[in-house]
Amino acid sequence: MAKITLDNLAHSYLPSPTTEDDFALKELNHDWVDGAAYALLGASGCGKSTLLNIISGLLHPSQGRILFDGQDVTHAPTAERNIAQVFQFPVVYDTMTVQDNLAFPLRNRGHDEAYVAARVQEIGRMIGMEEMLKKKARGLTADAKQKISLGRGMVRKDVNALLFDEPLTVIDPHMKWELRTQLKKLHHDFGHTMIYVTHDQTEALTFADKVVVMYDGRVVQIGTPEELFEQPEHTFVGYFIGSPGMNVLPAQVEGTTAQVGSQAIQLAGGYKAASGKVEIGVRPEFAKLSQTEGLPVTVRRIEDVGRHKIIRANFEGHDINIIAGEDDHVSADMNRVSFDPARVNVYVNDWRVAPEGAQSVGEAA
Amino acid sequence: MDKTVNQKAWFLVLPVLILVAFSAVIPLMTVVNYSVQDTFGNNQFFWAGLEWFEEMLNDDRMWGALGRQLMFSGIILLIQIPLGVFVALNMPKKGFWASFCLVVMSLPLLIPWNVVGTIWQIFGRVDIGLLGHTLAALGIDYNYTNDPFAAWVTIIVMDVWHWTSLVALLAYAGLQSIPDAYYQAAKIDQASRWKVFRFIELPKMMGVLMIAILLRFMDSFMIYTEPFVVTGGGPGSTTTLLSIDLVKMALGQFDLGPAAAFSIMYFLVILLISWVFYTVMTNLDKREG
Repeated sequence: MAKITLDNLAHSYLPSPTTEDDFALKELNHDWVDGAAYALLGASGCGKSTLLNIISGLLHPSQGRILFDGQDVTHAPTAERNIAQVFQFPVVYDTMTVQDNLAFPLRNRGHDEAYVAARVQEIGRMIGMEEMLKKKARGLTADAKQKISLGRGMVRKDVNALLFDEPLTVIDPHMKWELRTQLKKLHHDFGHTMIYVTHDQTEALTFADKVVVMYDGRVVQIGTPEELFEQPEHTFVGYFIGSPGMNVLPAQVEGTTAQVGSQAIQLAGGYKAASGKVEIGVRPEFAKLSQTEGLPVTVRRIEDVGRHKIIRANFEGHDINIIAGEDDHVSADMNRVSFDPARVNVYVNDWRVAPEGAQSVGEAA
Repeated sequence: MDKTVNQKAWFLVLPVLILVAFSAVIPLMTVVNYSVQDTFGNNQFFWAGLEWFEEMLNDDRMWGALGRQLMFSGIILLIQIPLGVFVALNMPKKGFWASFCLVVMSLPLLIPWNVVGTIWQIFGRVDIGLLGHTLAALGIDYNYTNDPFAAWVTIIVMDVWHWTSLVALLAYAGLQSIPDAYYQAAKIDQASRWKVFRFIELPKMMGVLMIAILLRFMDSFMIYTEPFVVTGGGPGSTTTLLSIDLVKMALGQFDLGPAAAFSIMYFLVILLISWVFYTVMTNLDKREG
């Protein structure tokens, strides 16, 4: 296992990229800590698979370096990197048995049969497929095949990192939970560095210690699930994480108030007047509907989703969502909304700005 | 649930039955009819029973033709299948050159069979043919009209030239359907080129290859036009394959009875071998599953 360092890394699929838009993956510096579980989260086409393929060596970056434990492997071929990867669709060698599948990477590296057999048994037990070792891989279910691909990756002791490229796409919903749980357990027990690409926020948030959110070829925030929830650094993070996502309203911010339309919203800190696109963001969880308190709002629809109610409303011409607890009473005469000032973030050109006097980003969270 | 029973629905399949009857069943039955009768002209026929079949089974000429036919089909399968796969593996995967290769490869398949025969007949001639003349100029004794070996080489090379593309195109289609992830996984697993072929490409191509083998076997077993145009079955009867022999017998000598018996046995042999092929290969497929 190793620490993986990305140094000024960027990639473009064009032969001679000129503007920043030409890059599928924009310049990036990051350390993947040894033994941590990361999720790479983003919408389709945001560059997360590109990044994964660069790490695994299936793609060579157009600029920058990639280091494993300080050693430059930018141009090293995949096989030399000792990376394991589980793909979106199960890749197994159909004509082989399960145990031959697991043994394949070891045999290719010239390990002796006694070692291979012992290791295959061990991995078979780890992925819970001991009974099926003698079976042909063809005809197994998709989740069993994904376990084999995972096992093929872990069978090598010197594996630097396990990469997952949306591995649960073709798995039945009820098996997804089981596989994810098993994956977490494997991570907990064996401590491989894991990087897990997904566009599913639940998958990302439940799997990872740290979630890397990507948007339009750029890493917009790296943080724990709590940080992403409480203090999205970019409006995309706010919108993408959470169900429904954060309310983002265009505003004029000066001092401790944000002016949205004709209404003034109280902020927790003081802000300098900023130029450009200024918005405030507040999660539906931190908005409250009531009869008396707050600013006027027009309720359009209430959706009861079981655990809570989602109130779709209109505030100064903008659609907003408010979440009320399942037991909270919502009545027709509730037409006021209040926002928790500490939870209102200010964004300039989509990026969060800290209030004046605040030390660092992480502090409020 | 009650099913509606309406026997009149059978009338809907009638057109197909009539078509098949006229195109296949009735012609085949006339052959059966000839095979069990004898005639001395005057359109008078006499019942002969299985006499012709017995005669043909004891006829060295038919066994000789069958032997040559099996050898021919065997050789061209042994060459065309591996060669076709090899070509498919080396074709560009996408872009202009992929389309270019596909078009060029399809060309031989579009040429009428007797034209293919004529091309090679002229190509191989020692006096005016490019191939024959060149070989002769190099001092190689090549003459397909009097040397059985040269004649065999010519018809085999011709068939390989004509039909390898079909195998290659089918194999290529099989290869194209393999997702990239398989190759990437193989790289990660440090699989050698041979192992990639053996454990990824070959298994994924098995289905189309089975079709290719079956098609090429049936076609080659029934081949007539091309070798007939090139060698006419000669020198002697060294390249007389089954269908050439059959036509000689039926139309050259007008031995309708024996020729009919021959045809039926010919048909049964093709049916039998194809069935064996198919069964063996589908069973292999199942056992692997």
